[in-house]
Amino acid sequence: MIRLSHFGAVLMARNREFLRDRSSWAWNLIFPVLLIVGLAFVFGNDNAAVYKVGVYPGATDDPFFSTRYVQFVDVDNLDEAIARVDRHQFDLLLDTTGGRYWVNETSPKGYFVERVALVESEAAYERQPLTGRAVRYLDWVVPGVLGMNMMFACLFGVGYVIVRYRKSGVLKRLKATPLKSIEFILAQIISRLWLVLAITMGVYIGTNIFLNFTMNGHYLTLFVVLLLGAVCLISLGLLVASRTASEELAGGLLNVATWPMMLLSGVWFSLEGAHPLIKAVSQLLPLTHIIEAARTIMIDGASFFAVSGHLAYLLALTAVFLLAGARFFRWE
Amino acid sequence: MGLIEVKRLTKTFGAIQAVNDVSFSIPAGTCFGLLGPNGAGKTTTIEILEGITSPTSGEVLYRGEPLGKQFREQAGIMFQTTQLQDYMTVIEALRMFGSFYTDTVDEAALIEQCSLGEFLQQDTRRLSGGQKQRLLLAIALVNNPDIIFLDEPTTGLDPQARRNFWSLLNRIKAQGKTILLTTHYMEEASLLCDQLVFMDHGKIIAEGTPRELIDATFNDAVLLLPATDFSGPCTDTEFHTITEGRDVIEITTSDMNRSITTLLDAGVSLSRLQIRARNLEDLFLNLTGGELRS
Repeated sequence: MIRLSHFGAVLMARNREFLRDRSSWAWNLIFPVLLIVGLAFVFGNDNAAVYKVGVYPGATDDPFFSTRYVQFVDVDNLDEAIARVDRHQFDLLLDTTGGRYWVNETSPKGYFVERVALVESEAAYERQPLTGRAVRYLDWVVPGVLGMNMMFACLFGVGYVIVRYRKSGVLKRLKATPLKSIEFILAQIISRLWLVLAITMGVYIGTNIFLNFTMNGHYLTLFVVLLLGAVCLISLGLLVASRTASEELAGGLLNVATWPMMLLSGVWFSLEGAHPLIKAVSQLLPLTHIIEAARTIMIDGASFFAVSGHLAYLLALTAVFLLAGARFFRWE
Repeated sequence: MGLIEVKRLTKTFGAIQAVNDVSFSIPAGTCFGLLGPNGAGKTTTIEILEGITSPTSGEVLYRGEPLGKQFREQAGIMFQTTQLQDYMTVIEALRMFGSFYTDTVDEAALIEQCSLGEFLQQDTRRLSGGQKQRLLLAIALVNNPDIIFLDEPTTGLDPQARRNFWSLLNRIKAQGKTILLTTHYMEEASLLCDQLVFMDHGKIIAEGTPRELIDATFNDAVLLLPATDFSGPCTDTEFHTITEGRDVIEITTSDMNRSITTLLDAGVSLSRLQIRARNLEDLFLNLTGGELRS
C-alpha cells in the first residue's frame, strides 16, 4: 500500500531540488527557445535543395522519375497526399493511374517542378490546381524540437539524477527508512512529469506568441500525447537508471537511448524517403510516435482517434519500461 | 534474549569472505561497540544488521523476529557517509525523514538535543563536518528509535566536534536507547561502549566489556618518560617492553615498584614520569597486530 505522506515527502524534496537549481532551470527553458528561434532564422526561407513529389500509387518507367534533385515519394492514400500538396509538404503530386497531377498555385517549388521537371514526362497529366497555405519548416519542426527537449529532460532528468542519488548514497539512506521503492519511483515520475509538461507548455506558448505556429488540431489531444510521451520517456529513464551506479555508464546508456531518437525519430527531417529498414527502426522508438502524433495533430488537425495508434504504442512501451524498471530497480 | 540476535552470519563478495560465521547478541539498553581494523568486516556486518545488505547465510533477529516492517520503524541509522538531496535545508531534511515514520519525536526537542537551531534554514551541503554529523544523527533519531546504528560517526571530525558528539551520544544513552557503534577511535569506544566485539578478517576475535577484555589480556602498566631523560640505551631486563619513539620512551611493566627503583638506580630523572593503565588502544593493537592494513 502506497503511503501518500511518503510519496509526498519525496516528491516535494525532488521538486525543491529542481526548482532551486537555477542553472538547470535556465538550461531547460532557454535551450529550446534558442533552438526554435535559431531554426526560424536559418530555415525561414525554406530553401531546400530537393524537391519532393508524391506519386500515387507508385513510380512508372516514365523518364520524369529519373529527374535529378527531385525526391519521389510513393503514396497509397490519394486524399492525404492531396492535403499535403495543399500544405506545401509535397511540391507536386502525380496520379500515374488517373493521369492527373496536383500542384499548389502558391508554391514556388511546385511551380518549378511543374514547369521544368514535368516537361521530362512522356505522359500527359491533367493539372489540378490547389491554393492552400504553406506549412513552414518551422511549423513542421516545432513538434520535433518540443519532443526532443522532452526526451532530454525526461531521460537525463530522471536517469542521471537517480544514478547520482545511488552513487552518493542518497538512495541507501532512503532504503534505511520505511519508504517503499514504488513510492520513491512514483514521486520521481510525477515530479519530473509536471516539470517537463510545464516547461514544454511554457516554451510552446512563449514562442508561439512571436512565431505563430500552425495548430489545426485540438490542444487537449496534443496535451494527452505530450503527457503520455513524457511518462513513457521518464519510464525509459528509470529503466536505464534502475541498477547503474556509475554516472559515466549512465551517461553512455542515456546517449545510446537518445542519439538514435535524435536522428531517426524525425526531429529535424522527414524519413519519408528513407530506407525501409531505417523507417522500421524509427517506428520502434518512442520519440517517433510522440513527434508523429504531435505533428499530425498540429499540422493535419488529427483527432484523438486518429493518433490512438501512437498513444497505444506509447502506453505499451510505458508499461514495459515501468515493469522492467521496477523489477530491476535496486537502492544501492 | 538480546534486542538483536546475530546468528552464524556470513557474507561473501566473490572470493572474499567479508563476514565469517559471526554470532553475538546485543542486549537492550546497552551501547555495543563493534571494533576492528580497516577491512575487518565491521561495516558489512553493521549493514547486514541494518537490513541494507543481505547475508550470504545466517540470520539477524530483532525482538526475536527477522528484520521487517517493525524493525524499519524502530531503527535509527547513521551511515559512515551519507549524502542528502541537493538544495535541501536542515529543517526540510528533518521533516522529510520524519514523514516516513508513524512515530516521531518532538521536532523542537530534537533540534534542541542535536543543537541544530542555528542552521535550520541552511542548505545541508554548506554545513561543517560537525554540524552535518549532528544533522545525520538527528535524522537517525527522528523516529524515536529503540535501536540506533552508528557507523564511525565521528570520523573526520576535529577533537572538539568529536567530544561534543560524544556528549550528545551519552545523553542519548542516558535515555536507555540501544546503540550499535563502530569506530576507529578507541577512546570513543572506551567512553561510550558497555559491550565490545573485536573483529578481524571477518571473524570475532574477542568480546566482552572493555574492562573484562583489558584485564584478561594485560597485567601490566605503561611508564612514559621523555627520551631526553635517558643518558644511554634502556636494556634492563626487568622491563617487559621498551618502545623508543622519537620523544618518548614507553616501558611496560608488571612490577611498577621494582621498575621505578631500577630507573632511579640508573640515575633516570622521574620528574616527568607518566604512568598509564592499559587501554583499548593497547588491546586493539594486541589483538589485531601492528601490520599495515589497507
